[in-house]
Amino acid sequence: MTRLLSIAWKELLQLRRDRLTLAMMVMLPILQIALFGWAIDTDVRHIPTTVLDQDRTAASRELARALEATGSCDLVGNVRDPAELSAALRSGRAKVGLVIPPRYAERLSLGHSATVQLVVDGSDPQSVASATSAAGGLIAQRAVAMMLARTGAREAPISLESTTWYNPDLRTAVNVVPGLVGVILTMTMVMLTAMAVARERERGTLEQLVVSPIRRWELVVGKILPFVVIGYVQMTLVLIAGRVIFDVPVVGSLPLLYALAFGFIAANLALGLFFSTLAKTQQQAMQMSFFFILPNILLSGFMFPREGMPKLAQWLSEILPLTHFLKIIRGIALRGAGFDDLRGELLRLAVILAALVTLSSLRFRKNLA
Amino acid sequence: MAAELVVETQGLGRTFGQLVAVRDVSLSVRRGEIFGILGPNGAGKSTTIRMLCGLLTPSSGRGSVAGFDIATEPERIKTRIGYMTQRFSLYEDLTVRENLLFYAGLYGLSGARRRARVAEVIARNGLVDRSEQLAGTLSGGWKQRVALACAMLHEPPLVFLDEPTAGVDPVSRRAFWEEIHRIATEGTTVIVTTHYMDEAERCHRLAFVFRGSVLDVGTPAEIMERRGLRVAEVECRERAVLDSLRADARVEEVAPFGSRLRVTTRREHDPAALVRAAMAAAGLRGDDPLEVRANLEDAFVSMVRDDARGA
Repeated sequence: MTRLLSIAWKELLQLRRDRLTLAMMVMLPILQIALFGWAIDTDVRHIPTTVLDQDRTAASRELARALEATGSCDLVGNVRDPAELSAALRSGRAKVGLVIPPRYAERLSLGHSATVQLVVDGSDPQSVASATSAAGGLIAQRAVAMMLARTGAREAPISLESTTWYNPDLRTAVNVVPGLVGVILTMTMVMLTAMAVARERERGTLEQLVVSPIRRWELVVGKILPFVVIGYVQMTLVLIAGRVIFDVPVVGSLPLLYALAFGFIAANLALGLFFSTLAKTQQQAMQMSFFFILPNILLSGFMFPREGMPKLAQWLSEILPLTHFLKIIRGIALRGAGFDDLRGELLRLAVILAALVTLSSLRFRKNLA
Repeated sequence: MAAELVVETQGLGRTFGQLVAVRDVSLSVRRGEIFGILGPNGAGKSTTIRMLCGLLTPSSGRGSVAGFDIATEPERIKTRIGYMTQRFSLYEDLTVRENLLFYAGLYGLSGARRRARVAEVIARNGLVDRSEQLAGTLSGGWKQRVALACAMLHEPPLVFLDEPTAGVDPVSRRAFWEEIHRIATEGTTVIVTTHYMDEAERCHRLAFVFRGSVLDVGTPAEIMERRGLRVAEVECRERAVLDSLRADARVEEVAPFGSRLRVTTRREHDPAALVRAAMAAAGLRGDDPLEVRANLEDAFVSMVRDDARGA
């Protein structure tokens, strides 16, 4: 125990001396939360929209204004003919074009049907999707209203009432903040561990440790113990910042969340240890950690829904600890999920953890002498 | 007392795949001895030390250190030895005191005992003024002192020093060797590897290691005596003299040292006479060659040459 604590104490001392790393560990959560919380909003609004109005009536002008009123589209002026419309899209001045046919108002007043065309710039699918759905909703709503007026019925035969639970305003921050806990833990835990061991190897102090009577598990546990503490500090920082700045509360049990986070932190530390056995220098350890971060951010479901990914990517993401932790933390923090609800994810995380610990301790043993 | 063996090995060998790092090393080191392991880089010195420390398992042979078997009880050995590497292994971002406290804890000292022992070591090694200084800002000589203090914290009966004076200035080296002798006088056994000949001459006994095998073991005087070499030096810059001496089978070695030639022969020949003859043949009449004492380097070079011829 003395030996283990000596290592942990030394590690903390070194961390305290290394102002840059320390600052990075505190700044990283804050910077990330500002970046992801404020800057990223998947709910795209105010898409520049142009109108090719071939009808030029009060009704056609009203339709264009109604589209703008949905909030998804901003009118950026009219075009006179199809050539101008394609020029506007090509140049990027507009991403959406609303085409209102000639005799639009007349056909509607006569009880005929009219077709309005929406041209969208598919090179940016995410933003125009929201314009398409806004326009679709608007037209459907109008069609129902006209139909009711023509038939004299009092209400539509079928209607949808959708209720959004857990995040009624559909704010992106609610989804992002708990996810950030996982992303930040992955980044710092893997990198810190990998570099801390690589540094000892690089400076030759690892050899001095190995000739001492310290046991391998004491060395490993002593080294990563301070990082577990740091991990929890970071997690707390993000949750508090999320609460204060973005009003994202933790609905479920905090003790449960902190308890389950241990498995995730441990998995990342084991991975960092594994990287450290592959790296000869701190620089290599750092590069490996960065290389590992990217698929985590892209595939884990942090930024993009996993449901939309090809099967191969989905399978790949199954082996990332972050994928499962995201489900756990979003479940607990946002939906108030309990232990029983999360059993499946916990089991998977446990399997990954066991595999990583085995792998890294095997590698670490071979690599020391 | 003199017969108490701290280290004893027989036919120790270690291979790494195809590479034979240590072929056959048999050593016995007595308590309180300063035992040198001398050899060129790559001779197998470090591998031998690492086996003795319990870091590497031998591929062949057997050995015991401080009474424990190196193959089966490496963990017991680790508590009984101190170890100082050529890179001093200090944490540069910790102070001298923190380094000492850390290593004390690593060897299981705790609480008041740990603090007392560290304070004692600081006082004893003249580190009081530097105890709060970051280890990274120390000069090479001071780093070396602190590293030795770290290795001696738990008062081991045996300490290994792996090229402890690499990159240290001559004055610090001299002070360091004084410290080594002091440690040995107090009963600690010191095993030191080096490739500096002047350092080797300061050891009580030496093992010459070359290509993974021990070529000779003994006191520096014994080793030199066994080689039976005679050496003469002369002021001479003539290439012809050097070449003719090198061609002479009776001459072991001719080496230029500045403006002098150093000529080595076996005991049965007279190097001064051979030099005189060679100079006369070249039509030169310089200073008279002077016979000088053979040193360890002469012995070492001659042994390595013999080994190469025999192989």
